[in-house]
Amino acid sequence: MKGILKLAYKLLVNDKAKSTALLVGITFAVFLIIQMTAMFAGTMKRASATVLNLGASMWVMDPAVQTVANTIGMPDYVLDAVRSMQGVSYAVPVYTGGALVKLADGAYQSVTVVGLDDTSLFGRPQLIQGKIEDIYGENAFIVVKDPEFPKLGNPHVGTEFQVNDHRGVIVGIAQVSSSGLFGVPTLYTTYERALQYLPNPRFTISFVLVQPKSPADAVQIKQQVQALGYLALAKDEFIDRITNFYIYQTGMGTNLLIMTVMSFVVGLSISGQTFYTFVLENLDKFGALKAIGAKSRELIFMILFQASFTALTGYGLGIGMCVVLIRLARLRLPDYAALITYWNLGLAFVMVVIIAAISSYFGVRKVLRIEPFDIFRG
Amino acid sequence: MPNPAIRATGVVKWFGEGAAKTQALRGVSVDAYFGEMLYIVGPSGSGKTTLLSVLSGILRPDSGGVSVEGAEIWKLGSDKLADFRLHKIGFVFQDFHLFPRLSTAENVAIPLILKRKDWKQAIIEATKYLDIVGLKGRADLPPVKLSGGEQQRVAIARAIAGQPDILIMDEPTASLDGDTGQAIVGFVKQNVLNEKRCILIVTHDDRISQFATRILTMADGVLTGTVKGGSA
Repeated sequence: MKGILKLAYKLLVNDKAKSTALLVGITFAVFLIIQMTAMFAGTMKRASATVLNLGASMWVMDPAVQTVANTIGMPDYVLDAVRSMQGVSYAVPVYTGGALVKLADGAYQSVTVVGLDDTSLFGRPQLIQGKIEDIYGENAFIVVKDPEFPKLGNPHVGTEFQVNDHRGVIVGIAQVSSSGLFGVPTLYTTYERALQYLPNPRFTISFVLVQPKSPADAVQIKQQVQALGYLALAKDEFIDRITNFYIYQTGMGTNLLIMTVMSFVVGLSISGQTFYTFVLENLDKFGALKAIGAKSRELIFMILFQASFTALTGYGLGIGMCVVLIRLARLRLPDYAALITYWNLGLAFVMVVIIAAISSYFGVRKVLRIEPFDIFRG
Repeated sequence: MPNPAIRATGVVKWFGEGAAKTQALRGVSVDAYFGEMLYIVGPSGSGKTTLLSVLSGILRPDSGGVSVEGAEIWKLGSDKLADFRLHKIGFVFQDFHLFPRLSTAENVAIPLILKRKDWKQAIIEATKYLDIVGLKGRADLPPVKLSGGEQQRVAIARAIAGQPDILIMDEPTASLDGDTGQAIVGFVKQNVLNEKRCILIVTHDDRISQFATRILTMADGVLTGTVKGGSA
């Protein structure tokens, strides 16, 4: 069978025009599918950055909250109530909000401020400069070194600035797993200082971060929080909620779906048409092979191999193109939001398999119908 | 009389349906023997190619039987029939049907590859057959770079590469000029035909009749006569 597959390979690749057209079609389709979904995945990761970075197991929030960016303050009694619930190991408040930083050169820059629980500093970032206890110092802030970092003038430990007209000083530089969606730098401070510096409504707790005593306690915690009139979500559930918001309530999901389907259709059209033409042009050769003594299943293997080889090569090239594009984009736009995940790769792979299957199906049908006698008749 | 290489008995074949239904073979019976170069001649539409196809196991007759070396081929399943063609029959098609994207040696190696020979070994063997037909130096060229006569010889090399007992040639001189056609068929008789091989040729070309051992004439789906071939 190896020799027959090599024969199929040679018949395919020696027809340079057809094999190039096939590869271009599939590569282009894979590139578009992965690029679209990678942009979406990158954006969604950014949208869930706070959830990922703080790392809490459960999040308690107002039921109307859909994303981390749009918080609704909760009264202090919610924190007390959650702390007293059965199954809760500990619970801490967190504040997230926007502020305006005035830099040394007089320029203003929007920032996201995360106020960590003063006692535990739960959710603190990993520092690459400075000491975490310095966060308790006067006017202390920790800045996240991410692609937005230069927007604060590449600060260092000791850099001073104004936050909402209050003095602020950088006491540490941190790294986090994901930077935010909205292209603004992130500052960490204590919960109390965040309340002092940032204008806030009557209720101030953005989220209550909860650690259940055991994973099994999560269910009863959710029930108790619901009875209180609030919503408790596991980390992954909250990320799903954020993702669903962007998919279903912003049009992003629809656009993504349309683009992905279009990529699939373009790839299928080019590859299907080209492969079918390739088979048609070689139909007399397949008939000759049949006459010589090739079995139908061997001809089917040949066609499936040709389709699979093209599909997998195009798949690899498409991924490669996508990686190169993202790399190039990041040279110019460090915070370019695109993330190739196993999910992206899996989706593109499934679509490529479908393209190969449909393309080869028509070819196989045609080849199975050709009679060796047709070769004799010319 | 020796046992025939091929024995066809009362072969009937119809084409089309309804008003367009035509009887291409009307109970043809024929024997072909090893060591024989048997021509089937006749006007267009007489049923020559249909008979050749039935005898070689690529067109199932509506009735009648064909046995090759004593085995009834039309009782075989499709895979066994394909194996039969691969191992027993060599085909030289009228239009050669060489693969333009493969080299000459790779074209010749096809029956060997279908027989599951290792690719490299198949190419080495194919080159030997190209040597037999005088084209060893052209092994790496694609067929399109060869003349019509050379392509015909490549087709012959491919047909004999599988060492078939029976060689089927459909209008082997149709695409060639007179001299080349005669040279090719003469070459086949001299180098390919032997006492263990039977060659069946369908042709319109009177100029090559000198090479035939026996000539069958056909008209309207029946054999109309048998004559002894030339002495060449």
